[in-house]
Amino acid sequence: MDAGAERTQFETAAADHDVTVTRTRAANFASTLEGVVEYPAVGVSLPIDGVSLADTAVETTLTPAKLDTARTGVTPVSFGIATLGTVFIESTTDGAEPVSLFPERHVAVLAASDVCPDLAAAVDRFGEELAAGPSSGIFATGPSATADMGGHVQGVHGPSDVHVIVVDDR
Amino acid sequence: MTEESRGQTAAHIRDVMTTDGAAVNEQIRNLNANRYESVAAFDDYETCRERAREIKERAIENLPTLIETVTEQVEANGGHVHVATDGAAANRYVQDVLDEQAGETVVKSKSMTTEEIGLREHLAEAGADVFETDLGEFVIQLAEESPSHIVGPSLHKSREEIATLFNEQFDPDSPLETPAELTAFAREYLGERMKEADLGITGANFVLAESGSVVLVTNEGNARKSAVVPDTHVAVAGIEKLIPSIEELHPFLELIARSATGQDIAQYVSLLTPPVESPTLDFDRPDQPIDATDDDREFHLVLLDNGRTAMREDPHLRETLYCIRCGACLNSCANFQQVGGHAFGGDTYTGGIGTGWVAGLDGPDATAAFNDLCTSCSRCVPNCPVKIDIPWINTVVRDRRNNGNTPDAVDHLIDPLVPDQESTGLDRQKRFFGNIDTVLRLGSALAPVSNWALSLPGVDRLLESTVGIDRRRSLPQLATETFRSWWADHHEDPDSADTTVHLFVDLYTNYLYPERGKAAVRLLRELDLSVEVTPVLPSGRAPLSQGMITTATEQANEVAEALESPIAADEPVLVIEPSDLALFRSEYSKLLPTETAAKIDAGTAGILEYVSPLIKSHTEIESGASGEIVFHSNCQQRTAGFEEPTVEALEALGYDVRTTDVECCGMAGSFGYKSQYYELSMAVGDDLEPQVADTDVLASGTSCVAQIGSLTDGDEPPHPVELVERAWAEHRS
Ligand code: SF4
Repeated sequence: MDAGAERTQFETAAADHDVTVTRTRAANFASTLEGVVEYPAVGVSLPIDGVSLADTAVETTLTPAKLDTARTGVTPVSFGIATLGTVFIESTTDGAEPVSLFPERHVAVLAASDVCPDLAAAVDRFGEELAAGPSSGIFATGPSATADMGGHVQGVHGPSDVHVIVVDDR
Repeated sequence: MTEESRGQTAAHIRDVMTTDGAAVNEQIRNLNANRYESVAAFDDYETCRERAREIKERAIENLPTLIETVTEQVEANGGHVHVATDGAAANRYVQDVLDEQAGETVVKSKSMTTEEIGLREHLAEAGADVFETDLGEFVIQLAEESPSHIVGPSLHKSREEIATLFNEQFDPDSPLETPAELTAFAREYLGERMKEADLGITGANFVLAESGSVVLVTNEGNARKSAVVPDTHVAVAGIEKLIPSIEELHPFLELIARSATGQDIAQYVSLLTPPVESPTLDFDRPDQPIDATDDDREFHLVLLDNGRTAMREDPHLRETLYCIRCGACLNSCANFQQVGGHAFGGDTYTGGIGTGWVAGLDGPDATAAFNDLCTSCSRCVPNCPVKIDIPWINTVVRDRRNNGNTPDAVDHLIDPLVPDQESTGLDRQKRFFGNIDTVLRLGSALAPVSNWALSLPGVDRLLESTVGIDRRRSLPQLATETFRSWWADHHEDPDSADTTVHLFVDLYTNYLYPERGKAAVRLLRELDLSVEVTPVLPSGRAPLSQGMITTATEQANEVAEALESPIAADEPVLVIEPSDLALFRSEYSKLLPTETAAKIDAGTAGILEYVSPLIKSHTEIESGASGEIVFHSNCQQRTAGFEEPTVEALEALGYDVRTTDVECCGMAGSFGYKSQYYELSMAVGDDLEPQVADTDVLASGTSCVAQIGSLTDGDEPPHPVELVERAWAEHRS
C-alpha cells in the first residue's frame, strides 16, 4: 500500500474511533490549529519542519496549574497506525504524555509520512526504539472512555475529544 | 452435600440472581455481541491465538530465567524489583515504599493481582488513603463489595444503583443521575486525588523481561495518570505476566481488547519502561515550571508468586498461568451470564478460570462454592485467546475436591448403585449422577414398573432428599423396549451393502430414546450401508462431569477396547449422542494414551456428519420436504465443530433451518436436575425459550431434549436423525 492510501486508511480508522482528522500543509498549520484549539491551551514543541507553536497562543511553558486548567493540549506524535487510527505518544522530558492526557481536548500533530501500516509494524517500530535504550510511550486510540457508569461515556481520566492534524510534509 | 446445604446453595444463587442477575446479563450480552462481531472481522484471530499460546507456554517454561532477566534490566534502568513469595510479603514491601516517602495518599489503577492480596485494605489499615481510580473499582470500593467480573468489577451494578451510591456517599449539590454526570463527578473527585497522590500503584497486563517494560491496557486513562503523575510508581504483577520481550507482544495486543470488550484495540496501551522520562507533576507547587531535570522518579516492580510457582509445577493447573484475564470465558458462560461472579467465583477471580486461580492460590476446597457451576459445556474454549482448556481445569479441581471428602454416613443408601472406583466419601449426588449407567440399566430392567414407581406419590420428594433431584423436574421415561433389544429382532443387512458402519450405542439412545437409534439404523440401510451396533457403552461423560476421573478413565478404556476392531478394520463408528462424540474428540486425549485417543477421534463420526455428504451427493433431490425448522445443537457439539453437517443435511432435504444462538440450554447433563441448581438452570433456559417455543424444533443432545421439553411444556424435540430419516424415506418413495 502506498503512503497516500495508508494516510487515507488512517483517516477513516481514526474517524471510526471518534477522532477528527484535519489535513494541512506546514504553511497553513497555524490557522488549522486555530480552528481546533479551545483556549487556554498548552503544548510541547513540534519536531516537523516549518511547524511551530511559537506564533500561536498555545502556552509552552508548562506548570501544573496551566496543565490543570488548559482545555486543549497540543503534542506531536511519533507515528500513526493506518488500520486503527491510533497515534503513538512518546513519553518525553518535555511532558508530551501529561499534555496529551490532562486537558479535555488533545490535538495530536502527525507528519503525513509517519504512518505505520498496522499494529504489528507499529510494535516493531517501538521495538527498534527500545533496542536503542529505555523508551516509553502510549498507543492512544480515540478519546478516553468508560462503560462503568451504566452507559458508554467519553472523557474519563483522559481527553473526551481528540483531533489529529496531519501535516503534509512531502 | 446434604439436603440442607443444597438448599442453602439454591438460596444463595437465588439471591445473587435477584440482586445482580439483570445487570450482569445485560452487560454481558453487549460484551458478547461486540466480541463476536470483532473476532469475526479479524482474519488473523486463529493465528494470533496459536502464537499467543506458544509464547505463554514457553514463557512459563522459562519463568525462572525471565525473572532473572527482568530483575537485572529493571535495576539497570534505575528501578527496583521485589519478588514476593506471598501476598503478605508484597503488601509489606509496598507499605515500606510508601513509608519511605512519608506519603499517605495512594492512587491505584485496576489490578486483580492487588485485589488478590488485599493491598488496598492492607495500606488502608496502615493508615494510608487509598483510592481506586478505575471507575468500576471505585464503585466496588465505595460499595465495599468484591468484584463480580475480572474485567468489569462492578458489572453487577446498574446505573441506578451507582447513582444512589454516589448520592449517598458524596451528597452532591444536585443528585447525580446519568452515566455522563456520574462519570464527570468521579473524574473530578479522583482527579483531585491523583494530584495529591504520593504513590501510584498499577498492575501490569504484560511485563517485557528484556527491556524491563510494563504494558498497561486501559480505556479510561487512569492507569496512565497513576503511573506518571506521582513521582513513585509501583507496579504489582503476578510472575506469569512476564513475556520475553517486545517481540512477543503483538499477538496479545491484537487479542486482549477484542476478547475483553470487542474493541480492536483499547483506548490506551501504555508501554512504559520506568522510570519514565515524563516530568513529575507537583501540584503543591502549581506555578513552578515543570522540569524533568529534577529527576526524582522512582519505580518498583513487585513480582508476586503467591502459589504460582506451585501452579507451574502442577501439570493440570499450569495452563491457568497462561490466562491474560480478558474475561471472555466468563462472558461466554451461560451460568455466569445469569449470576456473575458473586455466585460464580471467589473473592477476586471469577468464572470458569476463577476455579484455576482460586484452586492454585488457595487449594481446591476454596472453590467449593462455585466449581460445580462449570458444567463442561465448553463454550468458553473457542473464546479463550490463549486456548486454555477451562472445563478440564474445573473437572480436575472437582476430582481433587471429591477425593478430599470424608465418607458420608448415609452413603449406604446408594451404595448398591455405585460400582465406581472413586475414593469413599464422594458426595452422594455426584455418585448417583456419575454412575447413571448403572441407574439406567437397573431401572430399565424393571421398566415399566420403574417408571410407574417413579410416578408414585412421595417418590419425587425421596429423590430430592437423597440424591438431590429437584422435584420440579420430570424424569425421562425409561423405554419399555431398549434399543439393543429392538436390534436383536432387526439384525439384518441389505444384500447390496459393501460398506459396514458401526453405530455407537450410548446410554441414552439405548435406555431412553431408542427411536433415534432405530431411525439411524433405517437411514443407514436406506443409504445402502451394512449396520453393526456396539454394546451399550457408557462413554465416561457422566462420571467426568461429576469430577470422577478414575471412573471416567475406566469407561474410556472400555470404549477403546470395544471400538478397537471396527477402527482397525477401517469401519466408521457413528455416534448419535453429541456429548459423547465431543468427549472422544477432546477429553479422551487426557484420559487415554495419545495414540489410542487419536485413533478413536479419527475412527468416529457424528451420525449426521457421516450421512450428510451422502445425502447431499444425491443430486436427484428436487422438491424435497419444506418448512421451517429450528435446530438446537448441543453446546459441546458446537465447540467441537460438528453442528454444520446437520444443518447441511436438513437443507439438502429442503428445510429452511434456523439454529439457536444461546451458549447452552441450561440442563448441561445432570446439572439442571440438581435441586441446588434447578432455578439457575431454568433461568439459563429462559434465554433459549423464545427461540424454541411454538415452532418445530430438533435437538441433538439428550439433556437439551429434556430441557426444551420442560421449557415449552410440550413434547420433547426429536433428534435430527429422526427427521432426516423420515424426509429421506419420503423422498425415496
Ligand atoms: S482463561 Fe482465557 S478466556 Fe478466560 S480470562 Fe483467561 S485468557 Fe480470557
